[in-house]
Amino acid sequence: MKPSILLFLLAVVTLVTSSVQAAGPSVSLDSVKVDVDDRISLQRGARLFANYCMGCHSLEYMRYNRVGRDLGLTENQVIESLIFTTDEDGELVNPGSLMSNAMTPAYGDEAFGRAPPDLTLLTRVRSEDWLYTFLRSFYRDESRPLGVNNAVFENVGMPHPLWELQGWQEKREDADGAVRLQVVEPGTMSGPEYDRAIRDLVAFLSYMAEPTQLDRQRIGIFAMLFLLIFVVLAYLLKKEYWKDVH
Amino acid sequence: MAGNSAEKIQGGLLGWVDARFPLSQLWNDHLARYYTPKNFNFWYYFGSLALLVLVLQIVTGIFLTMFYKPDAELAFASVEYIMRDVEWGWLIRYMHSTGASFFFIVVYLHMFRALLYGSYKRPRELIWVFGVLIYVVLMAIAFMGYLLPWGQMSYWGAQVIVNLFATIPYIGPELVTWIRGDFLISDATLNRFFALHVIALPLVLLLLVVAHIIALHEVGSNNPDGVEIKKNKDENGVPVDGIPFHPYYTVKDLVGVGVFFIAFFAVVFFAPEMGGYFLEHANFEPADPLATPEHIAPVWYFTSFYTVLRAVPDPFLGVVAMGAAVVILFFVPWLDRNPVKSVRYRSLAHRINLGVFAVTFIVLGYLGAQPVTAFFSELGIRLSTMYFLFFWLLWFHSRERSAVFSLLSFAVIVALYTVYDLMRVGAANETLVMGMWLLPTAYLLVTMVVPVLSRSLGRDRPVPERVTA
Repeated sequence: MKPSILLFLLAVVTLVTSSVQAAGPSVSLDSVKVDVDDRISLQRGARLFANYCMGCHSLEYMRYNRVGRDLGLTENQVIESLIFTTDEDGELVNPGSLMSNAMTPAYGDEAFGRAPPDLTLLTRVRSEDWLYTFLRSFYRDESRPLGVNNAVFENVGMPHPLWELQGWQEKREDADGAVRLQVVEPGTMSGPEYDRAIRDLVAFLSYMAEPTQLDRQRIGIFAMLFLLIFVVLAYLLKKEYWKDVH
Repeated sequence: MAGNSAEKIQGGLLGWVDARFPLSQLWNDHLARYYTPKNFNFWYYFGSLALLVLVLQIVTGIFLTMFYKPDAELAFASVEYIMRDVEWGWLIRYMHSTGASFFFIVVYLHMFRALLYGSYKRPRELIWVFGVLIYVVLMAIAFMGYLLPWGQMSYWGAQVIVNLFATIPYIGPELVTWIRGDFLISDATLNRFFALHVIALPLVLLLLVVAHIIALHEVGSNNPDGVEIKKNKDENGVPVDGIPFHPYYTVKDLVGVGVFFIAFFAVVFFAPEMGGYFLEHANFEPADPLATPEHIAPVWYFTSFYTVLRAVPDPFLGVVAMGAAVVILFFVPWLDRNPVKSVRYRSLAHRINLGVFAVTFIVLGYLGAQPVTAFFSELGIRLSTMYFLFFWLLWFHSRERSAVFSLLSFAVIVALYTVYDLMRVGAANETLVMGMWLLPTAYLLVTMVVPVLSRSLGRDRPVPERVTA
């Protein structure tokens, strides 16, 4: 029966490991390696998000104080650096609130044609690579209402939120016909600085999409060790019981 | 003295219960004196593992219902609430979502075991029939459960599958409205699917599992040699090749549980999305009835049948073919009439048939998850044909066939699909269609014609009297 088992397992492994469905754009994505264990990087990403993204995009499945706890911020730091949203009375919302923002969907629809989507789960829907490439692919395009387009997300409805940092890019065609983006008007950051900033932001949103990934793998290692010991003991027990079966 | 009196009370208590409820008898009939063949191999772990996954799904499911909200406005957010705010909610949820996929992995391996060793054959036909019913109910539960997170793929997957019923002539459209409880997938659909997923169908499933096990314990387990151990008993009426299920197989299955858990929790802790196969990327986006996802694919455990559906151009006939691909499983005990149970003593032709079937099913599954291309679509048609040919061959190999019958039936089957091919082939796809024509033809050639030329290929071997070690 060995061949049949092997055949079956082989086929199952092939199925499981076969190429994952590539989702989305036609341009090739730059790959990014983020470290969600790096708290400082996450804190920098959180600051960027709070300062540049959160005016329009909510994180409505997450609570401020959870971010504070996971990123090592005190409650005061959370209130000072993350919370800008106010309630009906004009008071800052409390740190236990969900990270929604003041922009109503109706206002969003009116302002941008389509309300800015919630970004809590963005990296699980698209991917880290997609987000990393997207945020580095805005370019000037006078034919668009906001004067800006994106090479990853054609005709995206949003402006370039980080133009002060990155500067402005334009589409250039190389001698060999390849299209690439080039910074024509520098921002406050150099290219590598900007890439690092985006990596921080991607790390923060990756953490945001699944905050338990910090715990899950750590606990998983202990679970594996426990199960390995369990299997060894169970096997010895089985051997002992089966001594008299011939 | 203390130990003595404790023992007395326990014995007394057991006696008291036994006089009123057959506790000891149940224990003995199903565990301590249920005699099981001593030669079970790797494939025999999956029965107890299926039971384990069933318990896991029920227990994790109960905890999920404590926090989940079956409401189109709240469902998606309540799942994220479980993932973030509920203590250990993420673990429970990942165990449940991973458990669904592992349920199918385990059940597919369990069913393949039955095919390998002829476990569906007399006197075990009803065990098989109950088993296929369990499989059908499991598919219904999985499908309805998949709607509950109310993500994009939940919504559009349900849309596609429910709309299959719309292809039924005359009553189709009304039937679909009745199933959904609305003119589109909506809050009403979500509520009823929730009811069916968490209580109605699990009750049916549990009853079927009990029936499956009672039927099994009535006739006794088959084994890798396909030898009836009850035909060979010692002076006490105990099968010579049998050992009590408890403790022998309880401790052995404990090892299986451990190994299974390593694989299971490796996914739960290190790859809960399993690259988008167990949790699809598009399902992290809330359901939007106005935006269709680019590529709608069912979850991996349905994709084989989805390919069969797509292989037939007419929608209603496609649904019929897909339904037939499941329903035909019920008839396996009456298709395969070969008295030799185990593949160990069956002909090489039958072994090839089984091997090709396993590969066919897996490749069909792969194709169902991919977008349609000309190549994949043609391969899907050929493999769907081969899926059904497997069952024909199962009957064909019931005994050694004459040369005339073999060649004649081979010619008729090949002619049938060749005529269909000639009807649909055009200049553009000639090479592809006729190249792929070789697939089912080679399959039939090896399993039907070659045994005529070389009789040893089609001949079964003698089955031993006793199980081998």
